[in-house]
Amino acid sequence: MTTTTPGTRSGTARPAAPGRRRPGPALGGAGLALVLALLAGVWVGALPLPPSAVVATLLDRLLSPLGGSVPGGLEGAQAAVLLELRLPRVLIASLVGAGLAISGAAYQGVFRNPLADPYLLGAAAGAGLGATLVIAYSPVQSVGPIGIVPLAAFVGALIGVGCALALGTAAGGSHSATLLLAGIAVAAFLAAAQTLVQQQNTDDLREVYGWLLGQLGRSQWSDVVLVLPYLGVACTVLLLCGRALDVLAVGDDEASSLGVHPGRLRLVVILAASLATATAVAVSGLIGFVGLVVPHIVRRLTGGSHARVLPMSLLVGGAFLVLCDLVARVVLAPAELPIGVVTAFIGAPFFAGLLWAGARRR
Amino acid sequence: MEVVGLTAGYGRTRVLDAVRLTVEPGGWLAVIGPNGSGKSTLLRSILGFHPHRGQVRVDGVPTTGMPRRERARTMAYAPQTPVLPDGVTTRDYVTLGRTPHRPLLAAPRGVDRQIVGDVMERLGLTPMAERPLATLSGGEQQRAVLGRSLAQQPRVLLLDEPTAALDLGHAQQVLDLVDRLRRQDGLTVISTLHDLTLAGQYADRLALLSEGRVVAEGSPAEVLTTQALHTHYGARAEVVHGPSGPAVLPVRSSD
Repeated sequence: MTTTTPGTRSGTARPAAPGRRRPGPALGGAGLALVLALLAGVWVGALPLPPSAVVATLLDRLLSPLGGSVPGGLEGAQAAVLLELRLPRVLIASLVGAGLAISGAAYQGVFRNPLADPYLLGAAAGAGLGATLVIAYSPVQSVGPIGIVPLAAFVGALIGVGCALALGTAAGGSHSATLLLAGIAVAAFLAAAQTLVQQQNTDDLREVYGWLLGQLGRSQWSDVVLVLPYLGVACTVLLLCGRALDVLAVGDDEASSLGVHPGRLRLVVILAASLATATAVAVSGLIGFVGLVVPHIVRRLTGGSHARVLPMSLLVGGAFLVLCDLVARVVLAPAELPIGVVTAFIGAPFFAGLLWAGARRR
Repeated sequence: MEVVGLTAGYGRTRVLDAVRLTVEPGGWLAVIGPNGSGKSTLLRSILGFHPHRGQVRVDGVPTTGMPRRERARTMAYAPQTPVLPDGVTTRDYVTLGRTPHRPLLAAPRGVDRQIVGDVMERLGLTPMAERPLATLSGGEQQRAVLGRSLAQQPRVLLLDEPTAALDLGHAQQVLDLVDRLRRQDGLTVISTLHDLTLAGQYADRLALLSEGRVVAEGSPAEVLTTQALHTHYGARAEVVHGPSGPAVLPVRSSD
């Protein structure tokens, strides 16, 4: 440690150090991956579509509000398949993937726990109970334009997280360990209630299981419109909190000594992440793995700073789920695999490979 | 910096009882005392993490009830076992010290990067700037934590056992560094130190805490006495006065 020369100042001013990891290229790459995934998602399917015509149709629709038009687009049934079936489905897949991944990254940051995922605080169990209840007992299929199952899942997820937060706060302030335990207690209780309702109504078992495994097949434009505002607000809040989460990462006491209010920050992040999760769950059911593993994949690419991990998770999560949905549609076409099965089948080996490669590099 | 009538506890157990301390600007006060005497609680109360009665003043201004960000520009804190987040580089970690000086949601500005660069240069951290914290040695990590505290540009630096995880050589390096920084910048330092010899050699004042009370306060030679060590630590020790301050020499019982 003879290099330690405290008190000596560098003679030259250095505004930015060389070799500093810039977030630009990584974000650009992830954005490009998302765009390519979206294009692949609308192009590939049971009905073959010429790729040039797909691009022409999409550009035409994008430019038409501005008075432009692009020739060579699809006609009739092909256009309908593209614009009314594939496009909303692919968009929902990207929104759900993005929402789950950024929520997962935020939960992991807030709890300083790499095993945290968006369903940790009772969101999944609450949504599951809500959906099962209305599948079994509801006399109506929809409230206005909104399906009753998405609505019940959304409300159930928020109630689940709300109970966990209320219990955790009452039991021990806003400490992360107490909140986590409260979440586990609430989730266990709600999951037990869901199982009970399900066993009493075995006729609906198939529909309940279909929902629990996650599905994107029924996505419509109305879903996209419904999801966007909630996800937009939640993701904006989370992206803004990136740097604050970096401060929280050094522990509650030290974050306090740096002028941050850990309890308040934790509450804001949990509420925003739970809103994103509840919205995603409402339109797609319970899709596992994305929220847990995408943030870890991203961290291996960009390092641990949340200011980079959160936006990268958003983009990579969107691209990942679009590709998983593509595989789900294609492998057993015309039948479909449950999306939750695909995310784990693709994600687990990929993640294992990353871990292995990381271990070899050391 | 003054602490007046500071009383704190956990539940119904009173840990600190009307503690009164004064540190001159640019001075170094080491809080010593046996295990469980309330040293860490005292630091955490001064920082406002722990509920307490009484008042803490810096340059005559009470910090109790001060907004967090303002307090963070006055006092910096290095805990005994700092949490070193995964995958974060030394530079990004030191940059966290700029948090109270910039909007919480904004990126670091040019002036922040400048200050961080200067601090890292002074602490010899520049060679490991882009390395993840976890790959640094214990002494380097302790310097990174010091760097983060200095980037905060505080008037008072509170160190909880800064040498707890270090061997003797590295402990001396860190304490030399703190001493130089306080002389150059006029920083006021309050630290807990369980090593009495190091405390006596580096701090210019000692406060001996026992059962939540300050039982002795003054220069190292005044506080470190065979009698005090026997009474409050239950220890048998001789105090040897050397050129750089008193040294505590444990004496083994004869039977």
